[in-house]
Amino acid sequence: MSEETSTVTKDFIIESSPQIRSAMTTSGIMWRVSIALLPAAIWGIAVFGFRSLAVLIFSIAAASAAEWLMGKLLNRRTLIDGSAVLTGLLIGFNMPPSVPLYIPVIASIFAIVVVKWSFGGLGANWMNPALAGRVFVFFSWTSGMNSWKLPQALSSMPDALSSATPLGTYKNGMLDYAGPHTGTADFLQDAGYVVSQTAQNLAGVFQNTLGITLQPLNIDLFLGNTAGCIGEVSALMLLIGAGYLFAKKILTWQTPVSYLGSFILLTWVFGGLPYGNGLFSGEIWFNVFSGGLMLGVFFMATDMVTSPVTGKGMLIYGTGAGFLTFLLRTYGSLPEGVSLAIILMNIFVPLIDRYIRPAVFGKKDIPKAAAKGKGK
Amino acid sequence: MVKTRTFPKGGIHPHGRKTLSNTAAVVRLPFPKTAVVPMSQHLGAPAAVCVAKGDSVEAGQIIGTGESFISADIHAPVSGTVKDIISIVLPNSVRTQAVVIETETTFDESVLENKYRREQNDSDPVARLSSQELISIVKKAGVVGMGGAAFPSHVKFQVPKGKKADYLVINGVECEPYLTSDHRMMLEHTDEIIDGIRAVQKMINAPQVIIGIEKNKMDAVEKMEKAIADRGLTYIVQPLKVKYPQGDEKQLLKAVIKREVPSGGLPIEIGAVVSNVGSIFAVYEAVYTGKPLIDRIVTVTGDAVRRPGNFLAAVGTSIRQLVEAAGGFTEAPAKIVAGGPMMGFSFFDLDSPVTKGTSGILALTDKNLDHSPMTACISCGKCVAVCPMGLQPTKLFRLIDNGNFDEALKLNLMDCKECGCCAYTCPAKIPLVHGFKYGKKMARKKS
Ligand code: SF4
Ligand code: SF4
Repeated sequence: MSEETSTVTKDFIIESSPQIRSAMTTSGIMWRVSIALLPAAIWGIAVFGFRSLAVLIFSIAAASAAEWLMGKLLNRRTLIDGSAVLTGLLIGFNMPPSVPLYIPVIASIFAIVVVKWSFGGLGANWMNPALAGRVFVFFSWTSGMNSWKLPQALSSMPDALSSATPLGTYKNGMLDYAGPHTGTADFLQDAGYVVSQTAQNLAGVFQNTLGITLQPLNIDLFLGNTAGCIGEVSALMLLIGAGYLFAKKILTWQTPVSYLGSFILLTWVFGGLPYGNGLFSGEIWFNVFSGGLMLGVFFMATDMVTSPVTGKGMLIYGTGAGFLTFLLRTYGSLPEGVSLAIILMNIFVPLIDRYIRPAVFGKKDIPKAAAKGKGK
Repeated sequence: MVKTRTFPKGGIHPHGRKTLSNTAAVVRLPFPKTAVVPMSQHLGAPAAVCVAKGDSVEAGQIIGTGESFISADIHAPVSGTVKDIISIVLPNSVRTQAVVIETETTFDESVLENKYRREQNDSDPVARLSSQELISIVKKAGVVGMGGAAFPSHVKFQVPKGKKADYLVINGVECEPYLTSDHRMMLEHTDEIIDGIRAVQKMINAPQVIIGIEKNKMDAVEKMEKAIADRGLTYIVQPLKVKYPQGDEKQLLKAVIKREVPSGGLPIEIGAVVSNVGSIFAVYEAVYTGKPLIDRIVTVTGDAVRRPGNFLAAVGTSIRQLVEAAGGFTEAPAKIVAGGPMMGFSFFDLDSPVTKGTSGILALTDKNLDHSPMTACISCGKCVAVCPMGLQPTKLFRLIDNGNFDEALKLNLMDCKECGCCAYTCPAKIPLVHGFKYGKKMARKKS
């Protein structure tokens, strides 16, 4: 190509500024969140067996099929944006491993068709579809949603009796509690709840090498050696995924930090009362790592569509979710409060976004120093 | 050295890509055979053509007069004959008259050099002349802001009655990715810039001078600091963290003097005048040599350009000639941009002329562009987080999309400066800035 002719070209793209754009895309976000959930998914399958994989596959397939069908009906191609797969995956995460397979399918279809598309599809729904799907089937097929399975590490223990979740066992027991226990671990042990060999060994290692005393129960909770929903049991795996999303700048800190912060604060202040331990003695570890809190904090409450758009708004929303989770867990009739707490806060999001606005540049009072320079 | 600063709210970190051209010394481009000189190269009213077809003009002679309060004179960049007066459309979609000058064969750089020479034994013009005299020199030289908006400088340097300038802030930020013309200017004309600053400082009577430079140009920071120290001056060089849009007046002032220009207001309302280093150099030339603004440094860069570099080009030179001087294209560019990638304009006519405001020509390849499809807004809030003006782009766009311009105005649409942080960041690839430009136009129409 001679330099003379090398400037002869055609068909330049003409568009409004900016002329370049960041690499982040809607589908990129959705797929990355799904990737971030993989460690927890693999853990769930590993500890609860291949049955859990079937649950995940059925939820994802149902969600995708529903999305494809809605797209077909409304002439929009939205399956590639990855949001339906993510919704399906999250619904699977919120299912007990031994759930009858039609339940996740119904939950997924409900989430996509009713919660998402009846409002206009991606971006238009005001409620987190996965959570709404879960809550819907929870109240409609309560027994199917309440059949738990012990993870391998526990079912192999000689005196394993209870296959309820730690939080559920705890909650049932606390309904008419008047016992002599000093804390949850103590209480659960009496209720027949066992801890894994791994956790006992690890607790020993920590004790001997570092001089730190850890409850084996808490180690199980953190690692994910407990009964529970497929994707929620391992705090460690969920934290790894969350770390990845922070690094990719997909997660912002406001919602998770305020959610966890308010929940931990309330738990610490009031959580010890049932044992007669007084204020400021709540067991943070047990409450934070049991049940669906980790999954809720990092992957449900942070759903972009159904959380506020401003940083300040996210702080209010997260704080509210933490408060409600604490209330529902402590005083509600169900063991779990995370899903309902987040859905309740979802309702407030339009209101939060309406009233919480960033400070507009140059609309504040002129600072004194500047006012001085202005006059004269 | 002074502690690094930046503006607190919003902003983004796009790839700088400045290394493509930041080590290339400025090269003087041969004068064009015909120069096409637009009458609207600045913000405000276009200049009125004051030559006729067939006239012979001399380089530096006024060929268009800026009569209105906000306007600027236009000078012939070359000596030659007026061949025609035509109507053209500039890359920023402005339709304007343009004077076409056929350059006479005997014209070359030495003509300019002889005409505009700094007299060695001249007494210091800044000391000799009054501030009003200096401002009228700037006006006569047709100097405008060379960072992008091309606001007439003499208007800016005329501090209104009742106002006072505490600070002269020199904008050496060059926050747009790719562009390096200001950087080269600071390295190659450090002393001239200092002289120019002295002149402007006198015009606005500001006790303090602060020069803001981003940290990706530490060599310029050091060079400026040394030149200032050598002359025993008290100007402060303020290194800034790299963040777009720090080169915007409002963000720059917030970063260096921590004052906020009130909404809808001008920097002088908080006691500051901001001037870009390119304009300061133009002031230097006008005051010390009498040369009007008839050429400028243009960065020609981008992945599709063979030898990215910085060129001193006469106003009216075709962009095609610039690109050829940079070795032409290595591949057919997907997009050509006049200015920086964040606020520049994509255009198609390579025969468009260089104007006083042309800071760069960018040829982007297909790989530089994003082709992901637009989706619905996912309320991620990223646009809100990056908006340096504290606006809510997602909400504004929805309002404009629904034709609700009044509500958009209430949510401060007019404070949007189209910096593009929101649209750059938006994962849904919503053309937010496009929407805001349209919304402003419609809102203006209605009122
Ligand atoms: S273009 Fe306007 S709305 Fe978008 S970030 Fe810049 S100032 Fe804010
Ligand atoms: S960045 Fe785009 S997708 Fe996110 S809230 Fe703003 S407009 Fe919506």
